[in-house]
Amino acid sequence: MEQAFEQIFQDKIDREVRIEPKDWMPEKYRQTLIRQISQHAHSEIIGMLPEGNWITRAPSLRRKAILIAKVQDEAGHGLYLYSAAETLGISRDQMYDQLHTGKAKYSSIFNYPTLSWADMGVVGWLVDGAAIMNQVPLCRSSFGPYARAMVRVCKEESFHQRQGFEILYVLSKGTEAQRKMAQDAINRWWWPSLMMFGPKDDESPNSIQSMKWKIKRFSNDELRQKFVDVCAEQVKVLGFTLPDKDLKWNEERGHYDFGPINWDEFWQVVQGNGPCNKERLDARKKAWEEGAWVRDAALAYANKKAKQKQVAA
Amino acid sequence: MATMKNEIDFLLHLADNALIIGHRNSEWCGHGPILEQDIAITNIALDYIGQARNFYQHAAQLINQHPTDITINQTGNNMVLPATEDSLAYLRDVREFKNLLITEIPNGDWAYTTLRLYLLSEFELQLFTQLLQHTDAQVAAIAEKSIKEVSYHVKWSQDWVLRLGDGTEESKQRMQVAIEAIWAYTGELFIQPDYATAACLNYAAIQAAWNKKVSAVFEEAGLNIPSKTFVQKGGPDGMHTEHLGYILAEMQYLQRAYPNSEW
Ligand SMILES: [Fe+2]
Ligand SMILES: [Fe+2]
Ligand SMILES: [Fe+2]
Repeated sequence: MEQAFEQIFQDKIDREVRIEPKDWMPEKYRQTLIRQISQHAHSEIIGMLPEGNWITRAPSLRRKAILIAKVQDEAGHGLYLYSAAETLGISRDQMYDQLHTGKAKYSSIFNYPTLSWADMGVVGWLVDGAAIMNQVPLCRSSFGPYARAMVRVCKEESFHQRQGFEILYVLSKGTEAQRKMAQDAINRWWWPSLMMFGPKDDESPNSIQSMKWKIKRFSNDELRQKFVDVCAEQVKVLGFTLPDKDLKWNEERGHYDFGPINWDEFWQVVQGNGPCNKERLDARKKAWEEGAWVRDAALAYANKKAKQKQVAA
Repeated sequence: MATMKNEIDFLLHLADNALIIGHRNSEWCGHGPILEQDIAITNIALDYIGQARNFYQHAAQLINQHPTDITINQTGNNMVLPATEDSLAYLRDVREFKNLLITEIPNGDWAYTTLRLYLLSEFELQLFTQLLQHTDAQVAAIAEKSIKEVSYHVKWSQDWVLRLGDGTEESKQRMQVAIEAIWAYTGELFIQPDYATAACLNYAAIQAAWNKKVSAVFEEAGLNIPSKTFVQKGGPDGMHTEHLGYILAEMQYLQRAYPNSEW
């Protein structure tokens, strides 16, 4: 019986028919998606912090407004994604709990600090840029609610990326101090951005099954290469450099070669030892704990009102 | 022309109010108690930054048209010319800011933040409604656009005052504590600044309408209006709390550290 279901399920996937929440799905598929979507949602919410860090210091009112709108978009992404995950039978509170207890991960990139205004440019250009590279294929995810959420998310992410690039473009035309600020930010964010595509293919154990289920369409290394190729060209427009002495166009491969990634750093950050892991998680926990009385009051009030309505009716 | 200087000062007062309360509300971004509410307060912050820009842009335009009326400000420094929205927001110091004190006091908890917003936006709703009759069509247009936003702010913050006032014991108590702390800053809302000389303004009417609406909401929420009525004042004349200096230090740091740069 189970096998027959499994066959039908895989068949739908192969024919690119979307799986919807009420459809039968293998438990492992459900669990994998819950993990993937909730991690993604957490990344959006944690991702608000490094950029939120510059809202009160944005250097012009126009930049301030754009940045606020961007961080608000990220909150919105978190919201759609939590909702998509909820269709798989997990509650938002359960997901928060997994985040707060360290059981659920989020994108490691947000464990790096934003030290200058130029970081707002680089985060948009590279971090949102890498996110788009990763996420555009997810618009075709086999799971319907995730795919649909990603269509909205990707539209906004590409805005963010352009805004980030524009921040850097203005800095590149600015004073010597501004150019230095921008180059320094690129130097700090380049390698962590490459790590956003995850471990090398031969060290990414879940990938093969995820590809078969079409919740992943391209391998980590394929996407990483594509990203390097794009950025290596874009950085020329800015007149800055990427901090990799091995970066070189390879005519034969039709791609840029690039230097070795420091995977030790990657695993350190994943394991919680990045520069801001503790700050990020503490900030979320604090918001959650200090918000408890607010949520309790809202619930008590809603219950009271519902009762009054009943009595009146 | 004295009236031009008055209009500019009044526009700066409105712009500064919006900028500083926008700054305070934006401090919640990423730290709100509920994700949907984090989005809501961030959106409100964004509305305020937008209002501030509208008022500053108009003030800058008038300043540049009438530079001799106003280039010497209260502390005797020359105002940077030509004025822009950013020179006005980023290159004036504490004593030149004209915002109400209620906008600059720290956020406190969610009760404090939502109550402050409620009391302020009920005031803004009345004020902006009067400004619809302003003889400067530009001011009336900005007021009209702002009223749409402010009406939502009133609704959103009023809902929180009701929810917290009539929620749990703890929330009621926190709301009452917030009222006691904020009340001293509400009297200033109704003191007409010397430069608020536009004929359409009637602060007594604003106060009467505000009292009526606020009392009704407090009554529904089961909250008490404090009996002591001491008034902290001075913001619109550049006499601020110590908090404003820190807001400006943070907000203006890049413009001050890297002068004459484009961003
Ligand atoms: Fe993102
Ligand atoms: Fe996002
Ligand atoms: Fe984004």
